[in-house]
This record gives sequence, C-alpha cells and structure tokens, in this order.
Amino acid sequence: MQKIYGSAAEALDGVLSDGMLIAAGGFGLCGIPELLLQAIKDAGTKNLTFASNNAGVDDFGIGILLQTKQVKKMISSYVGENAEFMRQYLSGELELEFNPQGTLAERMRAGGCGIPGFYTKTGVGTVIADGKEHKDFNGETYIMEEGIFADLSIVKAWKADETGNLVFRKTARNFNPPAAMCGKVCVAEVEEIVPTGSLDPDMIHLPGIYVTRLIQGTHEKRIEQRTVRQA
Amino acid sequence: MPWDRNQMAARAAEELEDGMYVNLGIGIPTLVANYVGDKDITLQSENGMLGMGPFPIEGEEDPDLINAGKQTITELRRTAYFDSATSFGMIRGGKIAAAILGAMEVAENGDLANWMIPGKLVKGMGGAMDLVAGVGRVIVVMDHTSKHGDSKLLKSCTLPLTGQGVVDRIITNLGVLDVVDGGLRIVECADGVSEEELRAATEATIV
Repeated sequence: MQKIYGSAAEALDGVLSDGMLIAAGGFGLCGIPELLLQAIKDAGTKNLTFASNNAGVDDFGIGILLQTKQVKKMISSYVGENAEFMRQYLSGELELEFNPQGTLAERMRAGGCGIPGFYTKTGVGTVIADGKEHKDFNGETYIMEEGIFADLSIVKAWKADETGNLVFRKTARNFNPPAAMCGKVCVAEVEEIVPTGSLDPDMIHLPGIYVTRLIQGTHEKRIEQRTVRQA
Repeated sequence: MPWDRNQMAARAAEELEDGMYVNLGIGIPTLVANYVGDKDITLQSENGMLGMGPFPIEGEEDPDLINAGKQTITELRRTAYFDSATSFGMIRGGKIAAAILGAMEVAENGDLANWMIPGKLVKGMGGAMDLVAGVGRVIVVMDHTSKHGDSKLLKSCTLPLTGQGVVDRIITNLGVLDVVDGGLRIVECADGVSEEELRAATEATIV
C-alpha cells in the first residue's frame, strides 16, 4: 500500500480530467486543500464543477481557479466573500447551485455512504424546493435531496499516518470528512505524515480507507477575519 | 428611545435558559453572547464546534479555530469539535434548542427572508435554511424598519424565503413580537416606545 506522493502535482497526476466533479473540504479559508488547489491551477484542468461550501477569496482557495476561468459550476452554500465569484455569476459566466449548508454536507456524506437520495425539511417552501420531490412523513413535508458522487475529493487534514488514517485539528475539520468520503478517488494533503502506529487508533477522525493518495506540505493557513478582544 | 444594537442583544439574551445549546447568527445575534451572564449556555458554531469561546487576545489567533462568520475565536473546557455533516445532523435533528438570527424581512405567518436580494446581492443561505428548519425555537433580531422607514415586518415577504412559517419571536429596536395565529402579537414595547408608534411602524397584521 503506497499512498504517499512527493508533491501535490504528482498526487494529482492521472486523476484530473476536464469537466470532472470535485468535492473539496474547507470552510471559508479554514481547512482548505490549498496545495492541491494550486496544483489544479498549474495543471490547467478546465470546465470543473466544485462541490465546496465556499469559493475562497479572490486570490486564495478556489478563488485562484475562478481567476483562470477553470471553474464552470459551483455547488456551494455561501459565496459572500468573493468579488470575482459574484461578478462571474451575475454576468452568467459561472453556474451556481446554492445548497443549504447542512444539505450540502449531508449530500456528500450520503454519496460516500452509497445513499443516492434522502429527505430533509431544510428548504421546504423556498426556491431550493423547486422541482424536487416532496413527501410527507408523520404529517410534515420533506424534500428529496441527492447524494453527491464526486469524481475526485481533495481534502486537508492535520496529521496522517502512512496508511492514510487522518486526524483533523479544531474547526479545520468541517467539510473535509464528508468531502473525502464522496469521491471515487480522494487526495489528502496534511501538515505532517507520522509513522504508522504512532496515532492512537481510538482518535482517528477519518479512517484511511477513504484516502487514496497523500501528500505532506507547508500550509499558509490564511485567516479571513482576524478578530481579537482586549486583553 | 428605541433600543440600540446592544439593548436588542441584551433583550434576546433573556430568551435563553440554563442548559440550552444555542446557535447565534452573524451581526447583532453575535452580541447576545455578551449578555448571557451566569446562565449555563453552550454556543454551537455550525462549522463544527460546541462550546464556542470569546475572541482571542492579540497574538493567540489560530487559523484552525474560527466561527461560522469566519472570525477567529477560542475554545472552552467543554468544547467539542466535529465535521459539518455531524454539525447539521444535530441541527436538523432538533438537538439545538434555539437559533437567534438576523433578518431582512419577516412575514406575519412566520416566513423569514434573510439570504438573498435577487439580481443585487448574492451571498447564499449558508446554514440559515437548515437552522430554521431544525432548531427548537427561532428568534429573529432585526431593525423594525428599513433606512427609508419602511416596515420589515410584512404581510408577506417580497424576498426569496429562508424558511416558511419558521419564526417564533421577533426582537426589534421597537419591541418584541410573537408570531401567532392570524398575525403578530405585541409582547412588549422598547423603553419609551408607545404601542401606537410600534403599530404605526408595522405593516404586518397585529392581533
């Protein structure tokens, strides 16, 4: 079992193709697979659809792929911090499918669990419900949402062992586990790869079965809204 | 005098009871945390945290530790972290007692609009649709009127909805109103605001 690759570019070699659906972890700029996104930019892969909660900011995260027009469509819950995203969307250059945040997370989790659809109350009576199957359970109305089955998952974790068992850190976990689960192939970037056996098996957040390829690298970890209180 | 932002937040904090797990939205709702006093409240941040602490002091910001508004925060002794699917599982599953959220418009039947102005402002609903559909009680904190003086408490919403019939209580700069059968019921007026003034500023039916 050899999952460790020397660089983001090597880890993505052979798994990228134009028009593919990529599920990406991260919330805002927290816990995003920044090295893999840069490598996708360098590879020049086009017409990509991203399932990702946000689209980064103009010059970081998925934002760097919007600048190069490599993204055809976003499946996201919130795009408020990205001016270029708004410009491309309002001018019709970029397709956007808004998903409620919990629906997006569950669509990824469901896809990873082999569940093609599920019912949720979220979005009933809103534009999100338009065209979706409605069904009543115990007197309440629900809509059907579909699992996401991605061609590729890209995620960021704190530590991995050599078999791909992952540990995340604080709120940088966010969408990374469900995003990792829903891809045919999952590439994970981590801050440190430790020898197999040195992570506590009871403390693994995502078992290595979900991780196909693995890289270690140095992360910028940019802060989006630095907020402090008086000491 | 109508309430200011802090007075609205302080009034909203009175809604919270010992032992509650609560989600606070962005804006004025965030200020509610400053007014919970001695009550044992656990704040949920939907990006994957229970037991959200205050903003860090300078030099202790951690890029791996943010709230749903992407602001740097801190953890507490009781803090637990989890992934986004688990986070919205507890929201959708009704484990969160209350959400305090901002709003652009609220209708007299409890419809809430707070995520989109068509053709103008594209931000997205984030977790708001999941929260209003899943939590036990939805409390909205908002200005009663727009900058132009138009009521934001309407007979029916003009903007795309976040949720249908989801709002339980509205706290504005002019007072507190509950969503009941047939319209809104005045619970209290802000200090120095008369019931006539509150009615005059409200388009929604008051019962």
